[in-house]
Amino acid sequence: MDSWDRFVFTFFNAQVMATYLPRIVEGFFLTVQLALLIVISGLALGLLLAVVRSFGIRPLNWLIIFLVDLFRALPPLVIIVLIYFGLPSLGAAPSGFVSTWISLTLVLAAFAEEIVWGGILAVPKGQWEAARSTGLGFATTLTHVVLPQALRLSIPPLTNRTIAITKGTALGSVVAVAEILSVASGAVGFSSNPSPLTLGAIAYLILFVPVVAFGRWVETRFAWKR
Amino acid sequence: MDEFIATFFNVEVIRAASPILLQGLWMTLLLVLVAVPLGIAGGVLLAVLSVFRHPAVRWPLIAWVDFFRAFPPLVLLVFIYAGLPFAGIEIGAFGCVAIGFFLNTSSYYGEILRAGIESIPRGQVEAARSTGLSAAQTMTWVVLPQAVRNVLPDLVSNTLEVVKLTSIASVVALPELLFQARQAQSVTYNPSPIVAAAIIYFLLLWPFVRLLSRLEHKAVARR
Amino acid sequence: MIRRRTRVAAEPVMTGPAPIVAAPIVAASGIHKHFGALHVLKGVDLAVAERELVFVIGPSGSGKSTLLRCCNRLETPSSGRIIVDGIDLLDRHTDINAVRRRIGMVFQQFNLYPHMTARGNVTLALRKVLGKGRAEADEIADAALARVGLAEKANAYPLELSGGQQQRVAIARAIALEPRVMLFDEPTSALDPELVGGVLAVMRSLREAGMTMVVVSHEMGFARAAADRVVFMDHGLVVEEGPPAQIFGAPEQERTRAFLRQLDH
Ligand SMILES: Nc1ncnc2c1ncn2[C@@H]1O[C@H](COP(=O)(O)OP(=O)(O)O)[C@@H](O)[C@H]1O
Ligand SMILES: [Mg+2]
Repeated sequence: MDSWDRFVFTFFNAQVMATYLPRIVEGFFLTVQLALLIVISGLALGLLLAVVRSFGIRPLNWLIIFLVDLFRALPPLVIIVLIYFGLPSLGAAPSGFVSTWISLTLVLAAFAEEIVWGGILAVPKGQWEAARSTGLGFATTLTHVVLPQALRLSIPPLTNRTIAITKGTALGSVVAVAEILSVASGAVGFSSNPSPLTLGAIAYLILFVPVVAFGRWVETRFAWKR
Repeated sequence: MDEFIATFFNVEVIRAASPILLQGLWMTLLLVLVAVPLGIAGGVLLAVLSVFRHPAVRWPLIAWVDFFRAFPPLVLLVFIYAGLPFAGIEIGAFGCVAIGFFLNTSSYYGEILRAGIESIPRGQVEAARSTGLSAAQTMTWVVLPQAVRNVLPDLVSNTLEVVKLTSIASVVALPELLFQARQAQSVTYNPSPIVAAAIIYFLLLWPFVRLLSRLEHKAVARR
Repeated sequence: MIRRRTRVAAEPVMTGPAPIVAAPIVAASGIHKHFGALHVLKGVDLAVAERELVFVIGPSGSGKSTLLRCCNRLETPSSGRIIVDGIDLLDRHTDINAVRRRIGMVFQQFNLYPHMTARGNVTLALRKVLGKGRAEADEIADAALARVGLAEKANAYPLELSGGQQQRVAIARAIALEPRVMLFDEPTSALDPELVGGVLAVMRSLREAGMTMVVVSHEMGFARAAADRVVFMDHGLVVEEGPPAQIFGAPEQERTRAFLRQLDH
């Protein structure tokens, strides 16, 4: 066996791959499910926080700013581990899936709030004044005039941040979520062969290369809109 | 309330764990000192290469960058850590982390710097070349400094992400801060060491988060 | 005898054609405005009668914009009184949004909503403030756009319009709400010279239709031709006011003369 054959036998072992393919596919769909949940709840919560912040209620804003800072400063894995290993002491024992979901939702919400808030600040003051001068109230001005423009400005950074954070689903492997990475590395242990990891890597590429390409497209698309 | 404190802020436990937490902190800082310069150096290289618009450079570069941005960093790390021994290469956990971080973070730094370079108007290059500067001199003295300033918030933000990312090294048993905290937690059956680690991360990174908010909102106001 | 004459003088409606003495649409009195330590308005009075066109001139920083913005409470005066169309603007119980739609405002930078078409810009307040249905709002908007000569641009986005066209859409946005008075803050200052004429023509046609207007502008030719009264402001005070012929022809105050001299250069 020459070295190329050995390389293929080691990293692309068809037999091992065939054995573990179904479980990797299951892991793939679990990852997709987790990622979608995080994206939906994280973006919704972040948008909500940015809107609340624009009302300018002092103590509430301080709280929002602190929470946003907190979840931007903490490594996501630390949050996941803290929730998964810490909360059971309080009587609540969230599963690894739920721990990962909650943690990454909080992280994404924090970043999304900051980005959308930046977008709101970037809308020129004249837009508020024009709307208010026609008799529109604060809330209508916010939802119909300012937010649409703020969101348009926010879309490129929001897209990239969302992609980066959903890749954190792999962190779920640390707390026993049967997503791609955890299935694959478990299989490496069983089979004493790294081919399942190759398979896992391919699964991630199938999942995220289109997403990254989409992010690239969004960036150029919105670049010349401005 | 007392029980809550005894569970999450147990002073005894934290005191007992503090030596190994401190060791973990040093390891984390060491990782940062290795990963950030490596990543920036690789990023500058990628960004400068991206100036060549020739398809033979451009497409492989995009493929390389997107490939490593598509991989979750933890997957890359586990792949290197678990895969290399099968290829007969033994470089230890720290080496694996260094390689994984280099591949991942240089792609991000590269994208940021590329955007910065592209934000510099063509006239800047033309003006510099018209005074006799070479292409390399123009890049070094005219384009890059402006590019870096234009994308400074993104560079700071990415660096912050790299520092946070060092926590994944715990997965390959590198004894950095999170790893040590989990060790202490599993020995004492008490999550206080993890809380302590979280507080350390927060205190370490909060100033940068604040700075970043400032930078980002200033950039917004300038538009 | 004397009493009788006084009474006759007090009923000018019967004596002549000038209808200027009815209750003013805008009555601002004793307006002070501070920005922190900066005293920007130092007791300004401004009364604008129905159908009157009042022109406000003065050096940059003299407080013209601030005065105008106080008149729809985009700025809140530090003290003073502002009555618009019989409603006290500074009364806490006043529904400011209800009053504002009766006060049209046109800005130097147009401030069109970039994410909406010309028609969308005009209909937003019609629908959200007046509660009109989409069809009716569209109809009103199209009529307003026609009045400013932009009927065919209803579906264009602001970025697809020239500065002059954008400003005319902004005027349409204001007049669609049928305001009792229109405030113009340097409506042509951001325009290329060849686009100024179109905007002034629209303003002139508004005037001919009987709109009450307060205009801050440096278009002295337009002031001479169209204004009923010119108000000269400096350092937060009204220095002098009167008909255009008087202010431009024979100003009484040295400061007014100095300002007008500067403009000639
Ligand atoms: N929002 C504000 N905050 C602080 N100062 C202001 C503000 N708006 C206006 N000013 C100041 O008030 C003065 C008058 O401004 P303005 O009314 O815009 O003058 P004009 O329109 O006559 O040029 C200027 O010195 C200006 O700097
Ligand atoms: Mg002004």
